[in-house]
Amino acid sequence: MADLSCTVAGIKSINPFWLASAPPTDKYINVVRAFEAGWGGVVWKTLGVDPPVINVSSRYGVHKNNNEIIGINNIELISDRPLQVNLDEIKRVRKEWPDRVIIGSMMAVIEESAWKELAVKIADAGVHGIELNLGCPHGMCERGMGSAIGQVPEMVEKVTRWVKEVVDIPVLVKLTPNITNILWAAEAAQAGGGDAVALINTVNSIVSVDLDAMAPTPVVGSQGTHGGYCGTAVKPIALNMVAEISRNNDTKDLQISAIGGIENWRDAAEFIALGADGLQVCTAAMLYGFRIVDDMIAGLSQWMDDKGYQSLDDFRGQAVGNTVDWNALDMNFDTKALIDTESCIECGRCHIACEDTSHQAIAFDVAEDGKRTFTVIDDECVGCNLCQHVCPVPDCIDMVPVDNGLPEMTWPEHPLNPMNS
Amino acid sequence: MALKPCCSADGKPLSTASIASNFSDLHEPLGVQQAVAEANRCIYCYDAPCIKACPTGIDIPTFIHQIRTDNIIGSAKTILAENIMGGTCARVCPTEVLCQEACVLNNEQDHAIEIGHLQRFAVDHFMVESQAHPFTRNPETGKSVAVIGAGPAGLSCAHRAAMLGHQVTVFEAKDKPGGLNEYGLAAYKMVDDFAQREVVFLLEIGGIEVKYNQALGEHISIDQLRKEFDAVFIGVGLTNTYSLGLDNEDVVGVADAVDFIEQIRQAKDKSKVKVGNDVVVIGAGNTAIDAAVQAKRLGAANVNLVYRRGEEHMSATEWEVNLARTNGVNIHLWAAPNSIKGQDYVKAIEFNKTKIKHNKLVNSGQSYQIKADQVLKAIGQKLNNSVLTDIETHCGKIVVNDRYETSLSGVYAGGDAIQLGEDLTVQAVEDGKQAAHCIDVALMMKEVNHG
Ligand SMILES: Cc1cc2nc3c(=O)[nH]c(=O)nc-3n(C[C@H](O)[C@H](O)[C@H](O)COP(=O)(O)OP(=O)(O)OC[C@H]3O[C@@H](n4cnc5c(N)ncnc54)[C@H](O)[C@@H]3O)c2cc1C
Ligand SMILES: Cc1cc2nc3c(=O)[nH]c(=O)nc-3n(C[C@H](O)[C@H](O)[C@H](O)COP(=O)(O)O)c2cc1C
Ligand code: SF4
Repeated sequence: MADLSCTVAGIKSINPFWLASAPPTDKYINVVRAFEAGWGGVVWKTLGVDPPVINVSSRYGVHKNNNEIIGINNIELISDRPLQVNLDEIKRVRKEWPDRVIIGSMMAVIEESAWKELAVKIADAGVHGIELNLGCPHGMCERGMGSAIGQVPEMVEKVTRWVKEVVDIPVLVKLTPNITNILWAAEAAQAGGGDAVALINTVNSIVSVDLDAMAPTPVVGSQGTHGGYCGTAVKPIALNMVAEISRNNDTKDLQISAIGGIENWRDAAEFIALGADGLQVCTAAMLYGFRIVDDMIAGLSQWMDDKGYQSLDDFRGQAVGNTVDWNALDMNFDTKALIDTESCIECGRCHIACEDTSHQAIAFDVAEDGKRTFTVIDDECVGCNLCQHVCPVPDCIDMVPVDNGLPEMTWPEHPLNPMNS
Repeated sequence: MALKPCCSADGKPLSTASIASNFSDLHEPLGVQQAVAEANRCIYCYDAPCIKACPTGIDIPTFIHQIRTDNIIGSAKTILAENIMGGTCARVCPTEVLCQEACVLNNEQDHAIEIGHLQRFAVDHFMVESQAHPFTRNPETGKSVAVIGAGPAGLSCAHRAAMLGHQVTVFEAKDKPGGLNEYGLAAYKMVDDFAQREVVFLLEIGGIEVKYNQALGEHISIDQLRKEFDAVFIGVGLTNTYSLGLDNEDVVGVADAVDFIEQIRQAKDKSKVKVGNDVVVIGAGNTAIDAAVQAKRLGAANVNLVYRRGEEHMSATEWEVNLARTNGVNIHLWAAPNSIKGQDYVKAIEFNKTKIKHNKLVNSGQSYQIKADQVLKAIGQKLNNSVLTDIETHCGKIVVNDRYETSLSGVYAGGDAIQLGEDLTVQAVEDGKQAAHCIDVALMMKEVNHG
């Protein structure tokens, strides 16, 4: 079995699967259950300065596709329990579970003493590291915390430096995706001395409008507010932001704790392939319980065994080099769709997709006996893959590379590029 | 989907409660969760084969998509726009040889979408939830249409003709509407008086008057109707039955399966319907299967269904034959009745074994008897020609052209009574609908020519 241990910001973990700072890591009982289930670490639910916040009733809305939840929208704030209760529980779990990682997540207003005093208290509880929550995009930001800080690179750098000045344990800086360019925040975290970045926090969202209440969900009384979106739907956003940091010259050595829509081992492998050092999960655990880590571990190690990877380092960052700017793509590469008539069930989805919205490249014929045939017209097919994606039968439509004998050529090199004339 | 099991009698009479349970809904209707899950399986094919396989051409992918998007009233409207009896059809169509046979998921890897169950889900929801009839009538044309027979063909024609703006009068021989929806279809497919509820819904379009106890040939004549109305539609179905041609056929205990079924359908308390202990059903179609299964469900100890050819020749679908078997009906193939035993009432029936020789069905020379205290004949129904004096028929069915017009101009026909009739409710509904359009075209053309 492959070795799944990893090191994030110098912190060793038995596996890369940590629970992100959120309700699953809210208190002693949850965290112990998570460790019993096999999670390698937790980032404790974000702690603030007393008095604790008060939450509203109705806190989650969901985005469904068919019957599956693909995203959660939450309007919860940070830990609503007194600081000392949390710190005492952290100490207790640390003692009982010496081989598991506990990171203390924190936030405060933009005041040096507030950050420093809280960081010291949390560090004294015995955590392995501190994560700075600069991403909460609802509620807390209205009080000048969370994403209100994370959206201003200068402030990101400043609070990171403040905390680094008073603690000698690793500091992870948790970034908000609600910005124009993730690199500005990542670079600021690095400049402030952060040992790693953790991303992404939740995305500003309204997941649905209750058409009876005429208010966004979750409805609190008769009104709603925007919340933070997470779960499998945000994975593409998180993957891109992780890749941006991994492939950027100035940030490529920054450690990354990747978060956002990780539901299974495959998601995990994809983040690691784009350079993640460790992973954090929230929504998937909230939807299915802590047991899902079983398959994350088993699936990842099975896949690694199949591929011959002995440790995570064997494939970490392997996809980074292949993630390039559009301008570096080969304009002469060409593929054509090929429909396997044997496995085709004649539903016509490829035809209507291509006919109405792509390149009218799939001919549709009905024989005398009613048999329907769908044939790709190679001359019209631009290789967009739409048909392959809408086809309900696995492996029925293949995108076959064409051997056109043309050399690799990028857009900057292309004769039709107006810049070249 | 699992079928409700049948409480079996095995010689002892069944309790009233067991019989009532045996005649409750054959399929539990889908709940919302089941319906949405099933709707989500639908691929939403383009130019879907199921649409072509539905005789009424319901836009199936669209109505299923509408269930998916929680627009269930809209879904029902999609169905009813093509098939005003979508509720009955959802319950009784042999979907395994119609829409569901054509479903692209009907392959080794998967199984067809339960189109019938989804259709029932949508239409039932509509009937419960919606107050207003979903369709409105075109402005009055001033034309009148007489419809003979209030079965699915007649009522479908009446509804569409009324919708197109014509004034319709329906003449029905019996004192209730619905035709075989009311008297023929198996009781466990049509629970809770659905046939009558559907007729009430259908008539809500307005512009239709139904006159009961008005039999063609007795109270009305085609000549008279042709004079009084701008067009006439005949949807009288097949009211006569074939006889076995044996001596003794009128002995007590020998009856037509359709009459037995009608008794069951009309009985409020099914346990009051007389059933034998040893029932023999002769035939191989819908009617035979329904008679046999319902006899079993009433508590008959032994039900033997006998057919003179092989299973592959049976007109009942494979699904129906399996239904009979799982209900404990014994199916005997390759045997034709030769005599009915018993003096005052039937005691047994003797069969010749049959075989195919030189492409002809012949007796093989052997015979055997089956004990019987009730014999139900289900060897086919036929047209009552006598009431149709002037209208051309062929092989016992009315001849119509591709505009549903009979040999008498201005007189149209559809449903089981016509030559192309498939003996399916859904086909009768389609015939009625199309005939109404043909009538409309003809009447409005006349209007233009005269005007
Ligand atoms: C036992 C049985 C089970 C069946 N099961 C199924 C099934 O499961 N699925 C399926 O799709 N099909 C089934 N069928 C077939 C289906 O019922 C018929 O195809 C359908 O009812 C035909 O409709 P119709 O309107 O042509 O005739 P009918 O339903 O027979 O209606 C004819 C109407 O005309 C009236 N009428 C008759 N003569 C006169 C007259 N002289 N004057 C005035 N009115 C008259 C009748 O009273 C009746 O109301 C079954 C048939 C039978 C007999
Ligand atoms: C209900 C809820 C509460 C959360 N609270 C916090 C929090 O207190 N601190 C924090 O840093 N992130 C918080 N998050 C964000 C998660 O830690 C995580 O970054 C985000 O959900 C994306 O990961 P996922 O797609 O695996 O859920 C919260 C998320 C949810 C759903
Ligand atoms: S790849 Fe795109 S263009 Fe080619 S056939 Fe498929 S949908 Fe059409």
